[in-house]
Amino acid sequence: MLRVIGLSVYYQSLRGDVKAVDGATFEIADGEIMGLAGESGCGKSTLGKSLVRMDARMRFVEGSVELDGQELPIWDDARMNAFRFKEVSIIPQYALSALNPTRKIGTLAEELLASRDVHLDRVLPELKRRLDLVGLGESVLERFPIELSGGMKQRVVMVLSSLLDPSLLIADEVTSALDVSTQRAVSELLVEFRDRGFVKSMIVITHDLSVLYQIADTILVMYAGKLAEKAPADTIVDAPAHPYTRMLLSSLPEVGVRFAEKRLSGIPGRPPSLLEPPLGCRFRARCPLAFERCAEEPPFAEVAPVHAAACWKAAA
Amino acid sequence: MTFVVAVTIDWAIPRFMPGDPVERLLSRMQAQPGASEALRGYYTEAFGFDVPIWQQYLNFWAALFHGDLGLSIAYFPTPVSELILSALPYTLALLVPAILLSFWAGNKVGALAARRKVLDNTVLPASYVLTATPQMWLGIVLAWLFASTLTIFPVSGAYGLALQPEWSLEFARSFLHHWILPFSALFLVAFGGWAIGMRNMIIYELEADYSNYLASLGAPTKLVRKYAYRNALLPQITGLALALGAVVAGAIVVEIVFSYPGLGTLTLNAIQNRDYFLIQGIFLFLITGVLIANFVIDIAYVFIDPRTRVGMQGGP
Amino acid sequence: MAVSDHERADAAAPDRIATLDIAAPAVPSAARPRSGRSESAYFALRNWKFDLGLGVVLVCLLGALVGPLLTDHAPLAFTGPTDQPPSSEYWFGTTSFGQDVFAQFVYGLRSAFVVGIVGGGIAWLLGAVVGFTAGYRGGWVDDVLNMLTNVVLVIPTLALLIIVAAYLDVHSYATEAILIGLTSWPWAARAVRAQTFSLKTREFVDVARLSGRGARQIIATELAPNMSSYLLMMFILLFGGAILIGASLDFLGLGPAESISLGLMMNNAFLSSALILGTWWWFVPPGVGIIAIVGGLYVMNVGLDEVFNPKLRER
Repeated sequence: MLRVIGLSVYYQSLRGDVKAVDGATFEIADGEIMGLAGESGCGKSTLGKSLVRMDARMRFVEGSVELDGQELPIWDDARMNAFRFKEVSIIPQYALSALNPTRKIGTLAEELLASRDVHLDRVLPELKRRLDLVGLGESVLERFPIELSGGMKQRVVMVLSSLLDPSLLIADEVTSALDVSTQRAVSELLVEFRDRGFVKSMIVITHDLSVLYQIADTILVMYAGKLAEKAPADTIVDAPAHPYTRMLLSSLPEVGVRFAEKRLSGIPGRPPSLLEPPLGCRFRARCPLAFERCAEEPPFAEVAPVHAAACWKAAA
Repeated sequence: MTFVVAVTIDWAIPRFMPGDPVERLLSRMQAQPGASEALRGYYTEAFGFDVPIWQQYLNFWAALFHGDLGLSIAYFPTPVSELILSALPYTLALLVPAILLSFWAGNKVGALAARRKVLDNTVLPASYVLTATPQMWLGIVLAWLFASTLTIFPVSGAYGLALQPEWSLEFARSFLHHWILPFSALFLVAFGGWAIGMRNMIIYELEADYSNYLASLGAPTKLVRKYAYRNALLPQITGLALALGAVVAGAIVVEIVFSYPGLGTLTLNAIQNRDYFLIQGIFLFLITGVLIANFVIDIAYVFIDPRTRVGMQGGP
Repeated sequence: MAVSDHERADAAAPDRIATLDIAAPAVPSAARPRSGRSESAYFALRNWKFDLGLGVVLVCLLGALVGPLLTDHAPLAFTGPTDQPPSSEYWFGTTSFGQDVFAQFVYGLRSAFVVGIVGGGIAWLLGAVVGFTAGYRGGWVDDVLNMLTNVVLVIPTLALLIIVAAYLDVHSYATEAILIGLTSWPWAARAVRAQTFSLKTREFVDVARLSGRGARQIIATELAPNMSSYLLMMFILLFGGAILIGASLDFLGLGPAESISLGLMMNNAFLSSALILGTWWWFVPPGVGIIAIVGGLYVMNVGLDEVFNPKLRER
């Protein structure tokens, strides 16, 4: 059970703070796979990363994160170390280059585990089982990353990241670097991981709504650093409440067909600069439904049971 | 291949420079009258001008394979190869420890300094000053401070005047005593270069995806740095091959400062006496040495970088 | 045998821009949008390492330009008492021959800048031309140029210069600089080649190619501007390197004998046993001058590296 309240994380840039995540509040239930969608630069990756490890330019501003009733000290890099890998883990966007090129996979795993006070022998049978599950076989442990294909590396990282059965796993754009057939296999594996209880809950970050429709239980849409809408996947597709979600869906030829990120330029206008975002609803300038009230910021509120959106028209 | 080119250059330069090389050499030499006739005969024969040019070239190679680099003028009639071989041990005694120790120490210190503010702001400026220092100047200053002024170390030579080279404790002590200053001059300048190189390489490695992944899984800084160091070492080894020429150049001038009886001092004598056969012989010898060292480094690299090793076994 | 030696390193290791053991700007640095240029200039001026390096180099340049006007003595003239320590008449003292060390020093700075700019410039030009051509053309052109590069790369520059300078009388620093330039370009060529390889597959180059522009034009208008930061840093390193090699040559007595340089000052001081006589004012200034110029250039380069690669900036 993940509970995020009022989380704001800014990116420090030379021109000032980029308000990449601004006041995010949401929950993920045990067993839930939540998809996190939006255009690139909307803050979805920042949100995902901030729950595991902030990079050097990210700055925690305010908010709290609670996992299984325990507060995650995400602003304290040293204290977070105790939770990483064991409680929260990540399959990074750069999974294809995430493995140290000069170590065999098995050695890497052994040294990494040892550094977290876990002896390889204790988890080795499970590690082999999971490698089998993802179709790799234990022989990869004797290989160097350069000997593996992109899809193989991706799966090694998936197995490694989830090896210690974390409560929350963040999968950041895991499919975007892969070809279509591998994509499908990888996203099905994510569901399999949840079903087998390797992880309790999962955040799947992607710009590809069609992937989310296949595997996510719920979908959270972000726009310009703000949460726009969260609802069960079916509801998002069949009855979206936020005009941005609707435009996002209509820019898809049909659900189930992958769309390239570029297609989003089909929505007229561009997201606002997050250096000094406009007051009120940030989608106002591009929104066909905008009216006077949108100068005031709409709350991210329930519009129906288990369906929240940040739009005055949706609430009405 | 490089060797062939080097030999060709060595052969071609005296022949294709403007003017008759023999006249040129004789006019530049302040030889006693009388001696010059004998030398003219020797030069003409040595250059072998009476046969076609391709034959001259082949003869040059043939002589080379017999280890015949001609006779020295300055030390007439000692063969050039004999002079070189007797100077070689001294040069190697300076070069090999200076190269290996500076590489080792520079990399260690550079790695320690990276991303550690206090060390970085002391080690780095010092390293930049060192690497911008001409070796001969450092040699002169060291000799002035520690030999002339403080008289802790001798100013010149490789061993005490009263001694002959032999395997005795007394000789070894005297040798070491004379060795320290020229070694230090070479070591310090090279050390600065390696420290800077490693400091910058390791920062790139610490920013690499695999480093971020390790940190995201809570690996302690120690492990992340260990991996980064190992990977940063690989380009440094390539750099070692590239830097050999510069270190050899440094050894030449430092030897001159300390009248150290190696190839450098021999070079200076050759230049001052216009002893062209000796200069050409040293040139060939240095290139051969650098080529052999390159070859050794290449082999070492294959053992250190698993990726090239994999490539050699035919890959996946 | 050594021709393909470095192929493997190119493939397996991040590319290094240095033989002088100076840091490598990473590959991403080359591909930056051109619009960022004025912004880069702004951040360059705010980087203390860049400022410090530039300041030191400018002070040396000023000394080289204005210094000769401040002294009445010609650098090689035997003007005064011998072996005088620094005084108000002879700011840096005199040599064993009664020459003014200050005059020698400022004229020596001039020679250093000539050798650095001309030698570094030629090496830079050769490196860029060979690197761009090899990288962009590929195929047999690349094979041939790459072989040439590797051959010159392995031959120790100083050793080659010694034998060339021994046969060829070097009468001016420009000649010396040309010799240095002709022998010190290979690592630059390799760096440019690697960069060109990674850039030429990018979309904007494809577009340029499809629009029917020639190779030379594409290199000049598309590739070079996108590598401008890289090329600038390369020039700075070659500049410093040329000065160091020139100093060694002069120290060996292979430079022009009729004029003065910092390396020749060291040579004269050394041959006159200045270090035994303890006339430190004779041999300390030339070394400090070289360290100031070359060190200043290198530190400037680190500053630039940090400007172009935000990752390297201090935290």
